[in-house]
Amino acid sequence: MLRVEELVAGYGRIRVLHGLDLRLDQGEVVALLGRNGAGKSTLLKAIIGLVPVRSGRIRLEDRPIEHLPAYRRAALGLGYVPEERRIFPELTVRENLELAARPGGPWSIERVYALFPRLAEIEHRPGGYLSGGEQQMLTLARTLVTNPKILLLDEPTEGLAPILVRAIAATIERLKGEGMPILLAEQNLAFTGGLADRAYVLETGEVRLAGPMNALVQDPRVRELLAL
Amino acid sequence: MNLDLGFLLQQFLTGLATASTLFLLAVGLSLIFGALGIVNFAHGSFYMLGAYLLYWAVRGNPEGLWWGLVEVAAIGLTLGALVERALLRPVYPRPEHHQILLTYALLLVIEDGVKLLFGAAYKSLGPPQALAHPVWIAGAPFPAYYLVQILLAALVAVLLWLFLKRTRMGLWIRAITQDRAMLEALGVPVPRLLTAVFALGIALAALGGGVTLPMQTVSPGAAVEAVINAFIVVVVGGLGSIWGSLLGAFLIGEIQAFGVMLWPEFSIAFVYLLMAGVLLIRPWGLLGRPPALRT
Repeated sequence: MLRVEELVAGYGRIRVLHGLDLRLDQGEVVALLGRNGAGKSTLLKAIIGLVPVRSGRIRLEDRPIEHLPAYRRAALGLGYVPEERRIFPELTVRENLELAARPGGPWSIERVYALFPRLAEIEHRPGGYLSGGEQQMLTLARTLVTNPKILLLDEPTEGLAPILVRAIAATIERLKGEGMPILLAEQNLAFTGGLADRAYVLETGEVRLAGPMNALVQDPRVRELLAL
Repeated sequence: MNLDLGFLLQQFLTGLATASTLFLLAVGLSLIFGALGIVNFAHGSFYMLGAYLLYWAVRGNPEGLWWGLVEVAAIGLTLGALVERALLRPVYPRPEHHQILLTYALLLVIEDGVKLLFGAAYKSLGPPQALAHPVWIAGAPFPAYYLVQILLAALVAVLLWLFLKRTRMGLWIRAITQDRAMLEALGVPVPRLLTAVFALGIALAALGGGVTLPMQTVSPGAAVEAVINAFIVVVVGGLGSIWGSLLGAFLIGEIQAFGVMLWPEFSIAFVYLLMAGVLLIRPWGLLGRPPALRT
């Protein structure tokens, strides 16, 4: 579905990713592990088009997309859920969803309300007045209503209470059950361990280790790279 | 001083007529800054150009005013779209002072262009016959055309509000002022949206200039005066806020109208005093957002 080949990307003159390769296949959940600053967020941003690509390829269903602006990549089926959540603070919950909604897939506003009933209760509340957990639900719902073919999830559990972490995990599990391919950047090994099929461990913008999740969880090198 | 109610009402309506022009002029400046992040120094030039375009469109016949205004708005839309695509788009990634230099250069080019095409002399056009006579309000004559100006600006304000509140594109425009990159990452065609916002802002300015022509003469120097007025309105009301432009235009129109009545020699100073006061107490404008809340 998604292939990243020898990707070099960064901000201005600073390169963050140094020739990175990665693959995400249909129905797979793939974790991106690594410490803060390892390049996980930058990789997701480079894939959606918020960080310029210096060289290398990004292919979505065999089509090179690295030269396309972000909105074209999103229209082709990439759904990006940012770590900072980036809810439009002055728009209501419903407006945050309406502006993103794109028909032509299973996800409608009503369906994400069914997935997150809390959002339906607060649909007229401005985004700036939501709690961290509500914001996380909204940012995920907002990307889902674009009906993406692939989800790029950046640290969805960051700063959330354990009960919300479990709720988000259940949601991702459910999306996985529907066959949605997900690229999941996370520092929380316990969270990703149960969800991901495979993982890449990043350090200073390069892939250090890659393999099936259950093998990597046991690997002492992973714990070292994550500084656990 | 004559302080009967009829006279006060007249002053109030005169203030509203000034406010109407100021609103059409400033709201586009505000919209453009909110969406594109560009301070358009050439905004007053498009206002002036609107007056000249109307003068050209009606060819000396005041009865052609209404159709002329439609033409002015349409040319404004087209011109705005062209300027955004050809000139502004290349400077978005550049530092802010490049954008300011570019729009300032545009101001100079339009001023000289107008001199070349229309000459440096003042141009004027009377109101259509039906509006050329005063109406009697509270026992005193009042220019009928002012009432039309007020109604037109009110209509634009309502339509703009409906557009921003009820349409998907309006929703995108409200969102783009908050987080442009995130909006784009959700699949919204941001480049086209920026073109549309700039074109809309320019069309409103041109319309404002056109609407004002039957009550005022126009000369190439009108651009600088207009852009200064537009800046005062958005500084008072809050740059980036539509309601701020409306409130700013209203306050400044009325302060001018009543200032002239109270202390004619000092009436312009009242406006600057208001601006200075707002800058001291709420530097982001009456209805603007404090910088900390901008994302």
